Amino acid sequence: MSQVQTQGPTAATRRIDALAAVMRYSTLGALVALLIFNVLFTRHFLAMQTLDVNLTQVAAIVIVGVGMTLVIATGGIDLSVGSLMAISGAIAPIIFLNKVFNIGEIHLAVAVAMIVAVLLAGAFGWFNGWLITRFRIQPIIATLVLFIAGRGIAQVMTNGNLQPFKLDAFQWIGLGRLFAITDVYRGLPIQVAIMIVLVVVAAWVLKRSLFGRQILAIGGNERAARLSGVPVAQVKRWVYCISGLCAGVAGLVVIAINSSSDANQVGLGMELDAIAAVAVGGTLLSGGRATITGTLIGALIIQLVRYTMLANGVPDDVAKLAKAALIVAAVWLQGQGRA
Amino acid sequence: MTASATSPSVSPLLSMRSVSKAFGGIPALSEASLEVAPGEVQALIGQNGAGKSTMIKILTGYIGRDKGEILFDGAPFEARSPQDAQNNGISTIYQEINLVPFRSVTENICLGRESRRYGLLDWQAMHEQARKLLARFKIDLDVRKPLLRFNTATQQMVAIARAIGFKAKLVIMDEPTSSLDEREVAVLFDVIRQLKAEGVSVVFVSHKLDELYAVCDRVTIMRDGRTVKTADMASIGKLELVASMLGRDIAQVAKSATAFGDRRGRIGDVVLTANSLAAGHKVHDVSFSVRRGEIAGFAGLLGAGRTETARLVFGADPLQSGALSLDGAAIHPREPIEAIKAGIGFSSEDRKLEGIVPEMSVAENLTLALMPQLARAGIVDDAKQRAIVEKFIQRLGVKCSGPDQKIRELSGGNQQKVLLARWLAMNPKLLILDEPTRGIDVGAKAEIQSLIKELADQGLAVLMISSELEEVLEGSDRVFVLREGRSVAEFSHAEATESAVMTAMAHGDSDLVAEGSAS
Amino acid sequence: MKKTSIASVLSSQGVLIALAALILFGWLRYDHFLGLFNITSVLRYNSMFALVSLGMCFVIMTGGIDLSVGATAALGSVVSALLSPYGTMAGTLGGVGAGLCIGLINGFVIVRLRILPFIATLAAMLAANGAALLLAGDQSVSVSYDSGFTDLGQGDFYNIPIPALIAAILYVVGSIVLNFTSSGRTVLAIGGNEDASRMMGLPVNRIKFLVYVVSGGLSGLAGVILASQFGAGQPIEGVGWELFAIASVVVGGTLLTGGLGSVGATLAGVMLLGLIFNVLNFENGMGFISLSAYWQSVIRGVFLLIVVILQSQLTGRAERVEAR
Repeated sequence: MSQVQTQGPTAATRRIDALAAVMRYSTLGALVALLIFNVLFTRHFLAMQTLDVNLTQVAAIVIVGVGMTLVIATGGIDLSVGSLMAISGAIAPIIFLNKVFNIGEIHLAVAVAMIVAVLLAGAFGWFNGWLITRFRIQPIIATLVLFIAGRGIAQVMTNGNLQPFKLDAFQWIGLGRLFAITDVYRGLPIQVAIMIVLVVVAAWVLKRSLFGRQILAIGGNERAARLSGVPVAQVKRWVYCISGLCAGVAGLVVIAINSSSDANQVGLGMELDAIAAVAVGGTLLSGGRATITGTLIGALIIQLVRYTMLANGVPDDVAKLAKAALIVAAVWLQGQGRA
Repeated sequence: MTASATSPSVSPLLSMRSVSKAFGGIPALSEASLEVAPGEVQALIGQNGAGKSTMIKILTGYIGRDKGEILFDGAPFEARSPQDAQNNGISTIYQEINLVPFRSVTENICLGRESRRYGLLDWQAMHEQARKLLARFKIDLDVRKPLLRFNTATQQMVAIARAIGFKAKLVIMDEPTSSLDEREVAVLFDVIRQLKAEGVSVVFVSHKLDELYAVCDRVTIMRDGRTVKTADMASIGKLELVASMLGRDIAQVAKSATAFGDRRGRIGDVVLTANSLAAGHKVHDVSFSVRRGEIAGFAGLLGAGRTETARLVFGADPLQSGALSLDGAAIHPREPIEAIKAGIGFSSEDRKLEGIVPEMSVAENLTLALMPQLARAGIVDDAKQRAIVEKFIQRLGVKCSGPDQKIRELSGGNQQKVLLARWLAMNPKLLILDEPTRGIDVGAKAEIQSLIKELADQGLAVLMISSELEEVLEGSDRVFVLREGRSVAEFSHAEATESAVMTAMAHGDSDLVAEGSAS
Repeated sequence: MKKTSIASVLSSQGVLIALAALILFGWLRYDHFLGLFNITSVLRYNSMFALVSLGMCFVIMTGGIDLSVGATAALGSVVSALLSPYGTMAGTLGGVGAGLCIGLINGFVIVRLRILPFIATLAAMLAANGAALLLAGDQSVSVSYDSGFTDLGQGDFYNIPIPALIAAILYVVGSIVLNFTSSGRTVLAIGGNEDASRMMGLPVNRIKFLVYVVSGGLSGLAGVILASQFGAGQPIEGVGWELFAIASVVVGGTLLTGGLGSVGATLAGVMLLGLIFNVLNFENGMGFISLSAYWQSVIRGVFLLIVVILQSQLTGRAERVEAR
């Protein structure tokens, strides 16, 4: 009898596993298909510059997406990331432009500005986690508070004004390059390097560390996790804090690229892009199963779809429609894999 | 009872023939049949997983069937949804109360067949209708209040009132008495008899055999997705019922129902002492102790506070008053993690909701509580994990394709073994097992029982909660009886006879116990 | 027990108390606060948000969420502006129709494809935004001033702004639907316990589908009013409307987990959040302090925070009762 019971599910789940495999490879497959299509039909696609453009544009999304993946892995969501980017983007120039207090040494000022900006965003993220764990508020609502108020805080800090600057010491984070080879290769953009480091570290943490295991256990079955001694509240607060930190870094990258900080614009709609990347990447939106590399691939797919359409003369507005369809299709497929 | 019960000449109200259903290749029902005559109360019984609920869900249109034929009221019948079934005269009362807590009693009873006036809802008439229906159950309450204001038994009665109010021809009751007390059960039985007199048929699912003899005319027994026997209630003995459910011969059943066997002695010092624990509405004054090498059992009716007490010991719910000591030292666990660090393990009664993490592998589930110890500087030591996991898979005989198989793919019994291993791997001082054999098949059940015995023999202190009286009686070295949140009696293994424990559970009301066992 | 009942009163009546207090404060402090001009302009402007919030209220009561309302309103404004030369009726029907289309898509994706509401409507937000920009050619679309279309947003009926009148009528209808029709009660039942509602044989899928369609339609209508009030279809308007609407609904005491809610309190929530902006303007006009308009989103956020924390105390209690 128990024989039947142990073998039955195995046979049944083989189908699901097969579907899951198709799912996994379908994301990667889609990326490859997009690349092949572009190589064949999009002019200058193989040029270094094209790669550069695409990677640069995707970097901020992936940086935020890493934090978002962890949050979603616990079964939560963070809508406040865009606003936290705005806060980080607003506070940094205030400091390094010496608006509040004077720091003579410019490198010191930049360092202080970066650290304060990122930590502030992290603190707000921690606040999200505190709301969610202390008052048991649904994440979507708890983070809605800062989604609304956060951008307001950034606007109040800057009085809604644009803060233009030209400061290589700071803009290095958005415009700098590593490993440049004269005349051959302009080098790896710093923000892409940051993105790669974050992806590698986060993927490793999720797979191999105690913290990662706890995140997945909470997302998979929060009550079971608590009864097994997982410090649920603590882990969640950290996860939202990390999401805030990631948003803070992304905020710095974005203002560095723009050479200005506009609290009305920085990070606008970022929550959507990040969630879309996570969803397309194959992370379970209900939590418990997550893939950081998936998020990277997801972001690349979304970016490439848009790029492909733009490069082939399709208006940006239509590309938005395509992106919407892509998100729905990805999440729907995910649901099929589990049914 | 009336003569109409089994007379084959009356054409049946419901006839399900050779119905089959499989979920992802696993058969849940194979060629099952059920026939219900008009005005008949038919019992449907079987072990967990025998296919009762699948049968009911197919009948009520909650899921579709793969094969088979259903005739209702003389015509082929296929419910497309529970709503469709209801419109055709089949109402269902589910085991879990399926109502909407925030809404008023009236709404919970009348939603789906509202009274209207000028096209709008006529609240006056609806309140009146709800009051009238509840009056049949001798219940008088403010029907405007939200349902969540009332206790579980009242909510269950509201659910029953709702089902009956639908002018049903057939009412299906899936364990309707699990949250009712004796008085309420008696009222329910009155209502069932009244329904019967009105010509309404009832399919009655219950695990409480005495109840079947009290109200049912016929019984259909299911096992492994098949209907193995249908008989008149009057002509079948209790033992035979159990034997058919389990698929064993009568002599075997009569001898022993559990696999604990004999094991006495080698009981050591006290490990856990609980003194006058109290918290919330469920636990008022519970005291007990567990010793090394001992299985201490909690007996009690549903709602006696057994699980709630266990959760207090484990820090899963906050303790309001009382004292706990472990190995002589006072402990105050405020979170499970603190209890775990002190050396207590707790396996919840609800495996799916509070036990397994379905998306995770067997290995990850097994080491969930142990993980902090498996990690160095926050990094999980894979080799160490693997060694531990393989050891326990072998020791407990977990049937799985390997440590990396997802736990959701395992059978209930094997999942339970993994959860046991989760705690054993920690080498706890005290292991609390809440319904360790609930919802698993007979074979796995015996394995788990003998495993618990073995663990105690090796010196572990075990606190076991079970709703199956014989499991508590045969397995425990000492039995603590809880009633309405208080510990009312303590028995040694020898003293713990069925009648003594049951008397304590029912507050010494010997009449009631006698009546129950006489029928 | 005492404490939770205070929370319960604050949560159910709090919005009215706060609204009354704010109005009293404004009346005492500012000369023209209760003047005809201020009242009509506040009502006129906020009627768009009121419409969007009404739809959101029904969606949230089923336990769902609709993040696409802002973009849908923008799409509605563009479509109605494009059709405005053919008359008020054409413009209105076009805008509402566009909203209904988005609502239909939402309903289909959520009910049929079983995708989480926030993902589905997030995607719809993107799609509606793309469609609006596409139709508008990436710029504002001026409405026709000859066809009488602008009266809809700018006109008065016995001193009452027409948009406010429309919103008021729809709120009355909404309230009747919620309290006196089986569909309305089913909305609350689904939010209270979707599984149970299904088991009770209620038409869960149909009602869920309908609330998203209604939310889309009302958003489209809000877009029509937007276009006629400001004389242009605005494809990039509507950003953040969904949050305003959610905040209004929540501040009005509707439970975010669904199952409990009130149409009237939602309207009070809209007014409360709208008046905060108004009071800020007056305060700045007096010149003692100067709070930039940006403070309003901070203050809204704080309001939302307070209400959500109050609500969590309430639901915590309900959960405990349920778990027994």
